[in-house]
Amino acid sequence: MSDVHPQERLIGAIARLILDPAAPPARHIAVGAASPIPAAACWLVKKLGHPVRLSLLHRPTGNPFTEGTRELFDLAGQGRIDLFFLGGGQIDGQANLNLIGTGDWPGRAARFPGSFGSAFMYFMTPRTILFREEHSQRVLVPRVDIVSAPGVSPPGVFRRGTAQALVTGKCVFAFDAASARFSLASIHPGETAETVRDATGFAYDGASAPVTADPSAAELALLRGPVCDEMLETYPEFCRRVWNRTGLAGRAA
Amino acid sequence: MNPLELDALAALVPDGALMALPPDNSLSPAAFARALVRRGVRGLRLLGVPVSGYATDLLIGAGCVASVQTSAVTLGEAGMAPRFSAAVAAGTIEVIDATCPAIHTMLQAAEKGVPFMPLRGVIGSDVLAHRPDWKVMDNPFAETGDPILLLPALAPDIAAFHAVCADAHGNVYVGRRRELATIAHASRRVLVTVERMVDGNLLEDERLAPGTINGIYVEAVAVAERGAWPIGLLDEYRFDAAHIAEYARMARTEDGFRAYLAQYVTAPRADAAA
Repeated sequence: MSDVHPQERLIGAIARLILDPAAPPARHIAVGAASPIPAAACWLVKKLGHPVRLSLLHRPTGNPFTEGTRELFDLAGQGRIDLFFLGGGQIDGQANLNLIGTGDWPGRAARFPGSFGSAFMYFMTPRTILFREEHSQRVLVPRVDIVSAPGVSPPGVFRRGTAQALVTGKCVFAFDAASARFSLASIHPGETAETVRDATGFAYDGASAPVTADPSAAELALLRGPVCDEMLETYPEFCRRVWNRTGLAGRAA
Repeated sequence: MNPLELDALAALVPDGALMALPPDNSLSPAAFARALVRRGVRGLRLLGVPVSGYATDLLIGAGCVASVQTSAVTLGEAGMAPRFSAAVAAGTIEVIDATCPAIHTMLQAAEKGVPFMPLRGVIGSDVLAHRPDWKVMDNPFAETGDPILLLPALAPDIAAFHAVCADAHGNVYVGRRRELATIAHASRRVLVTVERMVDGNLLEDERLAPGTINGIYVEAVAVAERGAWPIGLLDEYRFDAAHIAEYARMARTEDGFRAYLAQYVTAPRADAAA
């Protein structure tokens, strides 16, 4: 087995969060646009044999919905989606997400694509795994310029859950909703508590943490085989970059 | 209903219209957007249902757009929508940010003919803070305080999309993309491009009827072969990722975008060649 690709490590870390027995059960997971790493983590969980239903919104063939995203959001509104993934151009220490932009409204300094469904999904699913590969003070800020979706809500506002954790290219943070604070959960190989601290713009708990575990040999074999097979149609560029797979016809490496 | 020529369909869109468009994974009318650029429409108020992609970026870059109400503008794996980003930075378009289910809900209210509908979530988002037309009230059915968002009905002047086929009754087939029915039901006028016209009546076929939008909602149809390109269309043809990447690259600069228009939009028979 060749070396672990850094993105395979992120996939493995997310898969372990999905399977965290302390978190609410993940029977039905939906994956939105432009999320190859979370999608791969979901496929890994499924290929490991766990009974999970995946609704992959951007799958061009065999799309699970016959009423598009309208149906996705109705399902979430009813509480029939257990876990969703969100990211952000900025994420702050209270797990507020900014997908809209920086500077003055509506992102005059740097415009991001927009909120998508974050202002709804973050409230409606019992848990959300936040994923943002870039770990820098530009992204992980003391306070987001614009709140697309708040990390916590005042008492009385209907909300089923919030962030379970934040996975970045350097570490995993766990999120505690009661204190509205992140804590360092694990540090990826090649990083240290200091490099994480220096790259993080918000305050968090925990001065040190164990090393993020690599995927097992069995998990790597699943990722490079059946998981990649499932991913090729929707995320061809990702599969080429991480697994050197270029098409449905065969394996290049 | 006799089909129109593509450019004649585009001529039905008045300047300043509030026009709903589906995103790049749901029957986007790309050839129609190029026809609108050729027609030189101005002041469009676009509504992304619920997000926006290539067609919206193209219309913005060509100066056809006054405002965009949407939940995101993106070219997917090809990244940011470059002409949208440039227009936001320059302040040349108004951006009315929403969040995906809010757009669906506003259309569903219009579809039902009711003035508003509630939606969970969103409270505490700056999207709500910038929407004076959205209101929060207490759920009147709750025993204790339960704040909930109320969204006004939104009826677009025009909805445009690209379907697989149409029949002489104006029925159009959208397959599993039945969210297009909500857009069609809510909009005052619906203009549709299709790959081809078919004989008979789509609603008399038990297998096709569930994926068909009733012609009662459809004002006009034009045949545009490969009319979603470079976007994909159901099982007819795939998303052309290489072309979208080329668009993203060219549209990064104003000059590059002009070259794109010359090559793919305004060139004689640009769409016939595509």
